[in-house]
Amino acid sequence: MNSTNGTTTSVVLAGVGGQGILLASEIVARAAMIAGYQVKTNEVHGMAQRGGSVIAQIRYGKEVFSPLVAEGTARVFGALERVEGIRFAHYLAPDGLAVVSSQAIIPVTVSSGAAVYPMDAHDRLKAIFSRLIYVDAAIIASKIGNIRASNVVILGALSTGLNLPIEAWHEAVAQSVPPKHKDLNLRAFEEGRSQA
Amino acid sequence: MIELLSGNEAIARGAYEAGVKMACGYPGTPSTEILENVVHFKDVIYCQWAPNEKVAFEVAAGASIAGARSIVTMKHVGLNVAADPLMTLAYTGIKGGFVAIVADDPGMHSSQNEQDTRHFARFAKVPLFEPADSQEAKDFIRFAIEISEQFAIPAILRSNTRVSHSRTLVTLGNRTEGAPVGFEKNPQRFVPIPAHARLMRVALEEKLARMRDLACTHPANRIEWRDRSLGIITHSIAYQYVRETWPEASVLKLGWSWPFPDNLIEQFTAGVKRVLVVEELEDILEEHTRALGICCDGKNFIPNIGELSTPRLQASRAKMEGREIARPVVPVPQSKDLPGRPPVLCPGCPHRGVFHALGKYDVIVTGDIGCYSLGALAPLSRMDTILCMGGGISMAHGMVKAGEPRKVVGIVGDSTFFHSGITGLLNIAYNKGTAVLIVVDNRTTAMTGHQDNPGSGATLMGDPTIAVNIEDIGRACGIKRVHTINPYEVDKVVKLLGEELNAGEPSLIISRYACPLDIKQPVGKRRIVKEDLCKKCKLCLKLGCPAMEGRDGQAPRINETLCAGCGLCHQVCKFAAIAIAEEVK
Ligand code: SF4
Ligand code: SF4
Repeated sequence: MNSTNGTTTSVVLAGVGGQGILLASEIVARAAMIAGYQVKTNEVHGMAQRGGSVIAQIRYGKEVFSPLVAEGTARVFGALERVEGIRFAHYLAPDGLAVVSSQAIIPVTVSSGAAVYPMDAHDRLKAIFSRLIYVDAAIIASKIGNIRASNVVILGALSTGLNLPIEAWHEAVAQSVPPKHKDLNLRAFEEGRSQA
Repeated sequence: MIELLSGNEAIARGAYEAGVKMACGYPGTPSTEILENVVHFKDVIYCQWAPNEKVAFEVAAGASIAGARSIVTMKHVGLNVAADPLMTLAYTGIKGGFVAIVADDPGMHSSQNEQDTRHFARFAKVPLFEPADSQEAKDFIRFAIEISEQFAIPAILRSNTRVSHSRTLVTLGNRTEGAPVGFEKNPQRFVPIPAHARLMRVALEEKLARMRDLACTHPANRIEWRDRSLGIITHSIAYQYVRETWPEASVLKLGWSWPFPDNLIEQFTAGVKRVLVVEELEDILEEHTRALGICCDGKNFIPNIGELSTPRLQASRAKMEGREIARPVVPVPQSKDLPGRPPVLCPGCPHRGVFHALGKYDVIVTGDIGCYSLGALAPLSRMDTILCMGGGISMAHGMVKAGEPRKVVGIVGDSTFFHSGITGLLNIAYNKGTAVLIVVDNRTTAMTGHQDNPGSGATLMGDPTIAVNIEDIGRACGIKRVHTINPYEVDKVVKLLGEELNAGEPSLIISRYACPLDIKQPVGKRRIVKEDLCKKCKLCLKLGCPAMEGRDGQAPRINETLCAGCGLCHQVCKFAAIAIAEEVK
């Protein structure tokens, strides 16, 4: 007896407020909807969005109850910032797939000298996750033309760990971004997928 | 048609479908997006932000008594402000269906307490509806409007963070219009002078008795019979966690949870061997179940602090069954030595200049609720108390009059000032206080996502309107020393603050600059650190600007995509090591 019930798939996304977590979460939810599943998501609003750590949770399956993902049960985990990838690592199931962006965003606690930003983040991520894709998402997105598409690069890599058809992903991306950014985001998705 | 909607979007949709004509509220997480989505139906629903929840409640009450179906929205602590009209509207009753939508925040994700609104429903003696997902959020608005009209009583729909901010699938329906608007004079109903109120009091109890019967057969309440060795009484989002934790158990799910449907509770509990009440926060259902003479478990196993979740209930279940919890193999959380990432004032935030200046003086700062609450956190650490909306102003006065030896500064935002700061200011002028009050006026209600307010010059429906002048309000209240500052002019702000602290009479300072996030414009030109001139004194890092990255043993770096060009770091640097980026290249 656990919260995945064998039929519900859980996805967790983490990052820093303002990095585009909400959009990424919407794309996953839509892809699952298009694939014909029941879907629930949960997102953080309010105070935490002012540059704090944020997570978004998506669950899909035949019948979904809780919108929240229990620790240790996510099939895939995507992080848009490498320290956030460590912070929320415990959501992933032991055999799950983690996709972490190499991007570093230095928190104020570090700048003011109250804390230290770990320089060995990549090594630690390798030690935690048995299946890790570590992506230079920000660099890839910048090359394509917009650093803001880093989130979709991460989703591309993440999609390889889920059982949703590729057409559903493409349609979900197209539905979720403004029409003029559609091609760029589809390219970001494919670039991410090729990292897997 | 089926759509994936957040609870708040679904509530807005529900209001549309239920024929609501009036929607009013004050922003507050997690309730804010309800009205922001009602705006999409502004052709048929008049909607507005009010200066505070009490006003919002009264506007909706007026509309309802005139015959319009009405909703009012707020977060849980907002109902404290609107409690006065609620308690008496329950007596007078309403005409067009009236629903107060109140969003609780168990776990305090974005709030100062986790009070349980269910107490208010019982306290005011009004029906309470509690959806467990977006579909129910939409459907229950219609139920609440119907029950409200049928019994001529205001209803409360209680959401919470997880219901409001989770997206789930919703089947959309069509709009049904209510009766036409037209007030009918009836003093026995709408004028609660004691002679009338005593009759209303009796009528209220009669309504409750009839509602209690109806709730037993209403579709918002249902029994799900499964295995009968355990029966669980539950409500709201807790239902979802119960279904995952005890998939085999029978469940009584209460969507219309007050007045308690006694017969239904008795019928359910008689059909199971053991009864467990699973409720988030207080033990309201449990206490009542016991009062019915039914033996049950509840808070002896279920936590009463913070929000519930499936893992928390799994722990409760293990405890009940007297076994160790079978935890899935989870990698140990690796976050012990990770740098914290609390929310911070944005790069270029106008509040930062004020907190920096306050840091120059040994004063007490009584604060308030808004983005500027973040000024309490390190490295600014320039706020000493927070209580409630508008509280900072009145508390400053109280400290001064108590004889506090240090000077006291009260700080409040523009929206919070309009909400409940004006009366506090009047009090200080009237009672000859000497506190210095700062209104950090960023021309918007920023924390909840930039809603308009009486100072911003626009309404919720997008029409231009008056932009009330805070200086004029101060003078009208009787404050003689009124100053306006630009928070980015560090030296001027520090100097003025010094003068006002020693003025010996009340002083009102308005720090005015629009939130750069709201107007989507940088404050000025991007800055850069000249590494050769930097002495690594780290003074600039004391500003706590997230665009500045401190680096051990090296000059700080300014993140070029984050810098909003406010120039504060430029001004505080004593070695001219920070400059405008484009002038350096
Ligand atoms: S949203 Fe505006 S007011 Fe709030 S912290 Fe950011 S800049 Fe400051
Ligand atoms: S100018 Fe300095 S203080 Fe202002 S936003 Fe840029 S880095 Fe931050």
